[in-house]
This record gives sequence, C-alpha cells and structure tokens, in this order.
Amino acid sequence: MITLAHYLTFSAVLLCIAVAGIFINRKNVIVLLMALELLLLAVNTNFIAFSRFLGNPDGQVFVFFILAVAAAEAAIGLAILLVLFRNRATINVGEIDSLKG
Amino acid sequence: MPTFNPADLRVIAPELFLVCSTFAILLIDLFLKPTQRHVTHWLALLALVVAGALVWSGAPPMGEVAAAFDGMFLRDGMATLLKLFVLLTIALVFVYSRPYQRDRGLNIGEFYLLLLFAALGMMLLISAGNLVTVFLGLELMALSSFALVALNRDSPLSSEAAIKFFVLGALASGLLLYGMSMLYGATGTLDLAQIRAVSDFTAGSPHRTLLAFGLVFLIVGIAFEFGAAPFHMWLPDVYHGAPTSITLFISSASKLAAFGLAYRLLEGALGGLGADWTFMLALLATLSLAVGNVIAIAQSNLKRMLAYSTISHIGFALLGFVNGTQQGFAAALFYMICYALMSTVAFGIMMVLARVGFEAEEIDDFKGLNQRNPWYAGLMAIAMFSLAGVPPLWGFFAKLMVLKVAIDAGYLWLAIVAIIFAIVGLFYYLRVVKVMYFDAPADDTPLVAPADYPLRWVLSLNGLALLVMGMAWSPLMEWCTRAFAVAG
Repeated sequence: MITLAHYLTFSAVLLCIAVAGIFINRKNVIVLLMALELLLLAVNTNFIAFSRFLGNPDGQVFVFFILAVAAAEAAIGLAILLVLFRNRATINVGEIDSLKG
Repeated sequence: MPTFNPADLRVIAPELFLVCSTFAILLIDLFLKPTQRHVTHWLALLALVVAGALVWSGAPPMGEVAAAFDGMFLRDGMATLLKLFVLLTIALVFVYSRPYQRDRGLNIGEFYLLLLFAALGMMLLISAGNLVTVFLGLELMALSSFALVALNRDSPLSSEAAIKFFVLGALASGLLLYGMSMLYGATGTLDLAQIRAVSDFTAGSPHRTLLAFGLVFLIVGIAFEFGAAPFHMWLPDVYHGAPTSITLFISSASKLAAFGLAYRLLEGALGGLGADWTFMLALLATLSLAVGNVIAIAQSNLKRMLAYSTISHIGFALLGFVNGTQQGFAAALFYMICYALMSTVAFGIMMVLARVGFEAEEIDDFKGLNQRNPWYAGLMAIAMFSLAGVPPLWGFFAKLMVLKVAIDAGYLWLAIVAIIFAIVGLFYYLRVVKVMYFDAPADDTPLVAPADYPLRWVLSLNGLALLVMGMAWSPLMEWCTRAFAVAG
C-alpha cells in the first residue's frame, strides 16, 4: 500500500536533488535548467498526492497551470542561454563570473 | 457550484483593458517602421493611464472588498493604492528611458510590450485571492523581467545578469510553489481566505506543523522577490548587468509588486501564524540592513551601490511587517512607495547623464556634476539625502513610520539596529554628494540633458516631489492606513 507519506517523501527527495543540482553543479548551465524542471516536478507530485488523498480536484488543476508555466519558463531559460553562449562562447558556470563586487 | 457572473467582469475591468490594449499595441507595433516607434511609446503610456483611471474609478469603497470569480480575484483598498503606484512607476520607466533606449538601438517594441505584460502580472498578483492567481501573476511578472534584463542581447554583462536572474528566480518560484503545496495539503483549499480561516484555528494540531513548514518556503520566495538578505545574491548582479532602464523598473515597480505578494500570502493566507512569520521577517530585516549598508560602502559602481542600498531599504520596509497589524502594513506600504519614487529619480538621472558608449554608472562619472549641470546635481543630491533619510525629505518620514511600528511591536533592539545601520548608510550616500559638489570634473564641458521635454519635466517633478512629500506626507500616509482598514 502506497500512502501519502511515500509520495511526500519521494517529492522531498526530488526537491533535495534539484536544490543540490543547482548549488553543487559547477559544470554547465543546462544541468541547472534540468534541476529547475525537477524542482517543479517535485511540486507537481506534492499537489497531485495531496489532491488524491484529500479527494479535492483543485490541486490537479493547479498542476496544469504549473506545467504550462514551466514550459514557458524553459523556453525563456533556453533563449537566455543561447544569448549567453553567443556573447561569451561558454556555458560553464565557473566562467560566468564577470559581475562581482 | 461556482457560476459565471457578468458583474465579475466589471471588477477586473482594469486588467481586461490592459491585456486587450497590450495585444492591440503588439499588433500595431508590427506595422510600424523603426522611425515611428514613438507611436508605440505614446500608445503604451495611454494604455497605462487609462488602466489607472479604471483602477481609480471602479475602486470599491474604502474598507470593502469586491471579489470576482469565486474569490480568485480581490479588489480592496490596498489593491487600488498599490496598482496606481505600479502603473505610475512603469509610466515613469517609459518616460525616462526613451532617449536612453534610442541611443542604444533598444527602442524596440519588445521593451514596451514586455513592460506592459509585467504590469499586467503585477496587477494580477496584487489582486490575487487564490494561490493559482498569485502564481500566475508572479510568473507573468518574473518571465517578462528575465527577458527584459537580457534585452540588450549583444552585451555579455546583460546576458550574464539575465541567466543569474533566471536561475535564481526560477529556484525561488519553485520553492514558493513547494510552500504553496504544503498549504494546500494542510488546508485542502487554494483560496487564500479559506486558508486564513483554517490557519486561525490550528494551534496544537498537526496541520499547524505542515502550515509552518510551508510558511518557511513561502518566506524564502517572498524574500527573494524583495531581495532581502540572505536571498539577495541576484540583486547587485542584475542591477549592474541590466540596461539602466530595466534596473529602474526592477528597483521600483517590482519591489511594489513584491509588497503585494508578501501581504497577500502572509497576512491574507497565514495571518493565523503571525507570531511565527513576524520573527522570521525581523531576522531577515536585521540581515538585510547589515548586509546592504556595509557592503554598499565598498562599491565604486553606482548601480551596485544602489543595489545594496535597495537591500537595506527592504530591511527597513520589513520593519513594518514585524507588527503584523494594519498600522504596520500601512507603514511598510508607505515606505515601499517612497522607496520606489526615490529610486526612479536616482536611476532617471543616471540615464540623463548616459551617452552612446558611456553609461554614467561609476560614482567617479559624477565628479563635479555641479559645475557641469547644477540642476541635475541638485536633483541627485535630493534623491541621495532622501535615500539616506535626512529630514525634511520624504525618506526621513518613511523611516520614522516603520521605526515607530517596530518599537510599538516590542522590537526595540531591531529599531536600534536599524538606526545604527542608517547612520552607516549615510556615509555612502554622502560620498555621491561630495563627489558631485567638491571634486573637480574629469571633463568640464557643460552637460546638456537630452532634448526630451517630457523627460526633463517629469524627472524634475519627481525629484521635487521628494522634497514636497517631506512636508506633505500625511495625506498619503492616511490613504495607506485607510487602504488596510477593515469595514465596520
């Protein structure tokens, strides 16, 4: 029997992987975008699990909105990434450091 | 079962008008030649003015709330006041940045359209009555802002700022959403008023733990939108890398919208957990005041300095929240409005001084400004004194209000910390004034402002408003107080 706690633990693990992926990652920006998608998936899992176990459909409706916005966000993220690569010829996180102070 | 009520359309008339006119401008702009871009400029301004008029004329009586679409969309006194100032600051962005954008070949339709979409997102966020509307409004604003920061697409600094803003912004909205899912799990509803009703009566129940857990994530998201330390990392880089016109937008309108986000989520949904979040905000305020004021001293770039100064001002505005009362929110709102209009002056003058190939963003670029153009030096000095909180300017009274709130709430230590850091902050604001008045200019040719009369007049009025509001601040403060008053 899979209970609500299993889903919540699963989504918490996804969240941790996503946040770790953003902070530990020293390689490239595409991995950051992947980690961001994972973060939103963790949220979606939470909403669907709560919605199922509370018997309330609102959470599932919210998930549709999150999916739509996540697609828009990925589009903007990749566009910015493209501009960055054209200007700097690198997507290495460690080399994107000209703004500091 | 919720049904569609045509009267709801009247409640969201300003937003409906803004979205329709933005699409119309989008179409019209396609048929314009680059030399006719002024048509887009004036149409965008007209759209903002008419939307403002609709906000004003359809406002519900003070203390009452007009709800539409089953509570998804709320229109109350706070929404009216905040929306008017958001529209005003975006109109100021249009007016101030026209010559700047034109000089850099950035006077393109996207600039106007993305700002109009961001305005729409902010208005939706400010009026949100449901977690879905909060999220959609926030994302509409955030996605437009990411694209705006990258507007100058040939600039390496601009694209670097945009990617940093994007990654951290998406992370913050993800964490905010995670908090929202906890709220939903604890209460079984997405409606802010119903969450509030549950959160008022959860002392000692397991729901409370879940709500408090969600609250922590919400605070992270809100602190990021404000740029409060320790979630301020994006702010200096974005201010520095973005074109000055966009920096102006992010430091004024976005901060006003962040206030709307914080009020709707913290007071609107989680008022029952006030004792928990007031303390968290007090910690954020202390850190922001310390980080902002101390690091700003070390900056030689004026945009970065103003970014750290923003962080410290956010610390001050958060002092208004520690009370968790209507009076406190009124003081915080008053502070945010004051800050937004001070930063428009500072960045407006930076744009007036900028030329093709010269950004006027180093503090040294302001050397001897008084000999070159005394009027703009005077306006900049007013802005700096007001930001520092020197009486009798507006900034002083805004600081006074929030300090009073913090002391009334029993946070005397916080008020003392704030005053000490305000004195530290005086140093870097006065350095700009010293550079303008007492240093020899690197180049003593008289500086002529762009021959753009709306810009000259509006910027001067905006600067003088800081002086006038220092003497006549009480009507606005009273309006802020009434905006949060509950009927009865």
